[in-house]
Amino acid sequence: MRMHDAAEALSLVRPRPAGDADNLQTADVKGLVFQAGGRRLIDGVDLTINPGPITMIMGPNGAGKSLLLRLLHGLLTPTSGSVSWNGEKAGDGTRKRQAMVFQKPVLLRRSVAANVDFVLKLKNGRNRTERIERRNALLHSVGLSDHAKQPARLLSGGEQQRLALIRALASEPGVLFLDEPTASLDPASVLMIENAVSEAHLKGVKIIFITHDIGQVKRLGDEVVFMAKGRVTEQTSVPAFVSAPRSKEADAYLNGRLVI
Amino acid sequence: MQDFAEAFRLAFGLVGSADPDLIEIVVLSLRVSFTALLISCAIGLTLGAFLAIARFPGRGALLVLVNALMGLPPVVVGLFVYMMLSRAGPLGVMQLLYTPTAMIIAQTILITPIIAALSRQVIEDLNGEYADFFRSVSVPMADRLWALLWDARFSLLTVALAGFGRAVAEVGAVMIVGGNIDHLTRVMTTAIALETSKGDLALALALGIILLGIALAVNAAVMGLKTQAVRHAYA
Ligand SMILES: Nc1ncnc2c1ncn2[C@@H]1O[C@H](COP(=O)(O)OP(=O)(O)OP(=O)(O)O)[C@@H](O)[C@H]1O
Ligand SMILES: [Mg+2]
Repeated sequence: MRMHDAAEALSLVRPRPAGDADNLQTADVKGLVFQAGGRRLIDGVDLTINPGPITMIMGPNGAGKSLLLRLLHGLLTPTSGSVSWNGEKAGDGTRKRQAMVFQKPVLLRRSVAANVDFVLKLKNGRNRTERIERRNALLHSVGLSDHAKQPARLLSGGEQQRLALIRALASEPGVLFLDEPTASLDPASVLMIENAVSEAHLKGVKIIFITHDIGQVKRLGDEVVFMAKGRVTEQTSVPAFVSAPRSKEADAYLNGRLVI
Repeated sequence: MQDFAEAFRLAFGLVGSADPDLIEIVVLSLRVSFTALLISCAIGLTLGAFLAIARFPGRGALLVLVNALMGLPPVVVGLFVYMMLSRAGPLGVMQLLYTPTAMIIAQTILITPIIAALSRQVIEDLNGEYADFFRSVSVPMADRLWALLWDARFSLLTVALAGFGRAVAEVGAVMIVGGNIDHLTRVMTTAIALETSKGDLALALALGIILLGIALAVNAAVMGLKTQAVRHAYA
């Protein structure tokens, strides 16, 4: 991504009035349990997520990171315990001000442009010219302009993730969840996604980002929430986490040992 | 053997010269089956979409029922519609028996379950794929339905063509409720049955050729749609 593209992308996410953003970006997770198939997949999580920092969630495969994200987004109902955003229980109401990029991108069987249009039409009845302008700007910001008319599902993996990201941004969310959006992407795609994400963050969007890439955590993150076996073992600032994680699970993970 | 060759020669003559009687029968056939298809799609796609998305007690039983109705024997449908429309039947006053409308009703009953059951499967599969996104973005129900129908359009058209193929080739039901009356309710299949039994093979063969042509065209259209869909990655 060239620098001026990134600069242009900076104008994509509208700054939201202070106070508006703040009031729905604080999550309170209390005694959260999610059980399925007789297993406690989320096993008693207590967590506070504050509006400011970019929160990176790390942890071994199967730790429950994706499940936690779904619970935060109100896509799953807890077995017990609660998730609330500024006091409002996570669900249909809170979800309206959030967006999510899934681990496996869910793209409509339509053109790239139509995928973005779908959300733009739904979320804001802005007029057609304005909508097209905004869609084109979004596509441009992640280098997808030339693919606008192409069927979305024929895009490469990296292009699909970039599309999923701008489509999520199209709804102008207050909170953006990303579930390993850069897994198996080339460095240029990773950079484009990281740029778009940090730019959204600059404009006041709360970011919660799952990754396995410690380099990415250093580049992008402010704090790390580490998970193992359905539990949160620590919530630490990035510098502290990188130099010396507090939990033995995180230490083992960073040193490439299996957490069993 | 001589007779058969002669019959074929006459049949191709009829087709080639666009014989007015032949055309009348073909046009009526297509009109009846196409109308039945439109009505079946209106009912069947709605029902299919509803069954695909809604979760309610008794859904499983309803699915089994709709799937079972796919295999309705045409003559049984014919008999049922006959009883409803006959003078003594509940709808007798409408005097619809032995009219094209009666045939449309019979074919509609015959293919609506096919459209409903097949479209249910198509829409449910796609909904499974889209569900997370729809919920994440809080897409209202009406928009969901519309998006599913639109994005599944190639597959749904294939479903509709299958329904049309079944309707236009069906003979038992239209024979019973239409009565195969010349210039009124005679369609391709009933004409073929009658002319064959009368020994007039030429007309029967001519109609058979056209019917086959329609079947081929429908299948070609299905194939065309599939490649089209694959090319657009919409399938
Ligand atoms: N609906 C479900 N029913 C039963 N088990 C499930 C369900 N969803 C997830 N799991 C299990 O829960 C565990 C945690 O899954 P999750 O997807 O949250 O892991 P993750 O931390 O995101 O892992 P990865 O890094 O591989 O993406 C896994 O063992 C998975 O098999
Ligand atoms: Mg995961």
